[in-house]
Amino acid sequence: MNFLRVTITRMAYAALLLVAVLILNFTLMHLAPGDVADTIAQSAGGIDAEALEQIRREYGLDQPFIVQLGGYIGRVLQFDLGYSFFYSRPVTDLILDRLPATLLLVIAAQILALTVGVVFGVISARKPNGIFSHFVTLASLVGYSAPVFWTGLLMLVMFSLILPWFPVAGMRDVTIENGNIFIHTVDVARHLVLPMVTLASIFVALYSRLSRASMIEVLGSDYVRTAKAKGLKSNQVVYKHALKNAISPVITLAGLQLSAIVSGAVLVETVFSWPGLGTLAFQSIIARDTPTILGILFFSSLVVIVGNQVTDLVLRLVDPRVGSKK
Amino acid sequence: MKHIIKGLLTASAFATVMTGALASAEDVKMGGTLKTVLGNNLRTLNTAVQSGIVTGFPGAQLFASPLRYDENWTPQPYLAKSWEISDDGLTVTLNLVDDAVFHDGTPITSSDVAFSVDVIKEAHPFKSMFAPVESVDTPDDHTAVLNLSQPHPGIMLAMSGQLMSIIPEHIYGDGQDYKTHPRNIEDVVGSGPFKLSEFKNGEFLILERFDDFFIEGRPYLDRIVMRIITDSSARAIAYENGELDMGAFESEPLIINRLKKVDNLTVTSDGYGAIGALDWLAINTTKGPLADKRVRQAIAYSLDKNFVQKALMQGTVNDANTGIHPDSPFYNADVNAYALDLDKAASLLDEAGFPVGDDGMRFSVTIDYGWPAGKQHVEYVKAALKKSGIDVVVRASADFPTWAGRMGEMDFDLSWDAVFNWGDPVIGVHRTYLTSNIARGVWSNTQGYSNARVDELLDMAGRENDMDKRKALYAEFQAIVNDEMPIYYMHTLPYHTVYNDKVKNAPVNGIWSTSSPLDQVWLDE
Repeated sequence: MNFLRVTITRMAYAALLLVAVLILNFTLMHLAPGDVADTIAQSAGGIDAEALEQIRREYGLDQPFIVQLGGYIGRVLQFDLGYSFFYSRPVTDLILDRLPATLLLVIAAQILALTVGVVFGVISARKPNGIFSHFVTLASLVGYSAPVFWTGLLMLVMFSLILPWFPVAGMRDVTIENGNIFIHTVDVARHLVLPMVTLASIFVALYSRLSRASMIEVLGSDYVRTAKAKGLKSNQVVYKHALKNAISPVITLAGLQLSAIVSGAVLVETVFSWPGLGTLAFQSIIARDTPTILGILFFSSLVVIVGNQVTDLVLRLVDPRVGSKK
Repeated sequence: MKHIIKGLLTASAFATVMTGALASAEDVKMGGTLKTVLGNNLRTLNTAVQSGIVTGFPGAQLFASPLRYDENWTPQPYLAKSWEISDDGLTVTLNLVDDAVFHDGTPITSSDVAFSVDVIKEAHPFKSMFAPVESVDTPDDHTAVLNLSQPHPGIMLAMSGQLMSIIPEHIYGDGQDYKTHPRNIEDVVGSGPFKLSEFKNGEFLILERFDDFFIEGRPYLDRIVMRIITDSSARAIAYENGELDMGAFESEPLIINRLKKVDNLTVTSDGYGAIGALDWLAINTTKGPLADKRVRQAIAYSLDKNFVQKALMQGTVNDANTGIHPDSPFYNADVNAYALDLDKAASLLDEAGFPVGDDGMRFSVTIDYGWPAGKQHVEYVKAALKKSGIDVVVRASADFPTWAGRMGEMDFDLSWDAVFNWGDPVIGVHRTYLTSNIARGVWSNTQGYSNARVDELLDMAGRENDMDKRKALYAEFQAIVNDEMPIYYMHTLPYHTVYNDKVKNAPVNGIWSTSSPLDQVWLDE
């Protein structure tokens, strides 16, 4: 019951916050000089003055600010995210079109990063001064500090050009004719490898360092010593007793990273022309396509809120102490 | 000597083209899929409501225009098998090919032409193309007569490339807004050599051969796959490893020169004449020291074009000394090139009343740029003008609209800029100089330049049907703006087409690049 009440209260706060976020961003976008009519002119390679005025009239950009804002918030409250100025399509369609690609990339990268990161962390925690531990620390540092677009380009040069194992860009090979589901799955998987590994490289660093630190702490605690004293096998102690406790902070962190659905994936999606939400967000910001940007913000805020709830739930499952404190 | 060499080159180029054409007529291989690329996302596929090089590529495949142009800027029949311009220049008659049909099998008639003109007049960003067209008569199904309010030679180029797409009235005439019509992006019914098979924006576009295309035996290709890859480095790798056969509008000197070294790739700047993209330094002529023509000329004498073209742009650009693209028949090459001359710059500045101050500087101005590629140019201008005692402060813009907003309101001193001619000067040149177009948004006359003679020359040239007289008018116009320098003309944009050895008849022997039909492209594989 407590869980449900907390959830509802949080949702109410989140809804208020969401409206505030939209108003703030709408205002910020409005304050910046220039507007979407200019970027439409750019996409047209030039424009006549009459056409420029026409666009501003049609999109209501010539209206007073408060009228534009009121109109927008009014529509959002009716769950209508409006039309993209730039793409002349409903924003909801644009987002739903792009969402699967981003979910696939982000979830695959997170799973990879979590698995590799935790395994690295645990192994290095068992011998904190061993060679492997130092290797993990070094690799994490490099992975975390290298700019992700640079990592991506290096991967492209290495594995698409020098060793032509993986395709350069996109999510599928559109020249495949009459392929069955198996061929298409393999094709998407092949396209997924490089962007997934690139995106995961940042998170591997985060997770391995966190799980290493957390594991070292847990391995030093009394109950682990007790378990060892009972004569349990080392592996059993590490993976059954210690890991369960050590992994909580890692899960919390992974949940927080869900916001990466928009932020972290932008660069990777751009480098690999991955047709996801990140590239859409980036291009919409550049194009000053206010309805699309706000739509994506709205959507990603939702994802983060839902993500936090899911993280909470998972934490409760892993660690029964969470939630029973009150 | 230079002329002889040029003549020889032209002759041999012509011979190559001729033999190339003959050879291709014999060994054309039908079929195959051309794998090509778009460097940006599409707003729409309907070229009647949108211009630009990205929409132009698929647009010119999906929709046919009345005319097409060869590399000598001579109009050729396309959807119109012939055309006449009346002696008074007030009517243009188009005789359409007899058996042309849209992709849904409906015949293409003169009323579709009339409808397309209406849509373009209402919804296309270039109002100047068909502004003088008052009405379109359709005496029969295959004759369209465009009635003009004044002679309008610019209409010829405006009827080619991507500029005048003939769209079906029975689809778009249903009362919905042309710009946001759902059929602009799905189930497109076109008139061109290829029809839309699948379109996923942000990802790819697949075009299939249209079997009932009105030119017998064409197009040669079965399919064109256009992938959307916005990252230029990724595109470069894809050309190299064969994932892409062809791409156009590549504009980064580093990448262009790297690809030139790849064995099976051809990289060329041919075929962009009508796109007519120029890089230049815009000068706000309305305030401060820059209002003085001598100051503007001094700036020109202080900049070393040779350095910019050879070092910054690594030889990927051509020289341009006026606002008309050097490939255009109207280009006047006989103007001052403003070769680097710091002494002259100094004396002009002294004369204008801007002596060197105690700090070694004469005065200070700002310089803007609107996109990342302009940064190196403005940094160069800053360094170069310092030698003439002009202190330049670089003002970066957060993004393109920020810059465009400043330009539109003439809130700048100097700015790096790129402007497209779009075929006829009436479409893409006049707007930069007319007094009536001052400060009317980005790419209007943002220089605040006003010269009664220039206004008069452009007005006359816009209405002059005699080619030689028209050339003379534009020559005088170019001489004036080259002298008065509301703009310092730097060079052409380094647009290049990249294609591998399999691709024959790549769209490099024309003036519209990929904004023209690829019905003659074939693959040797």
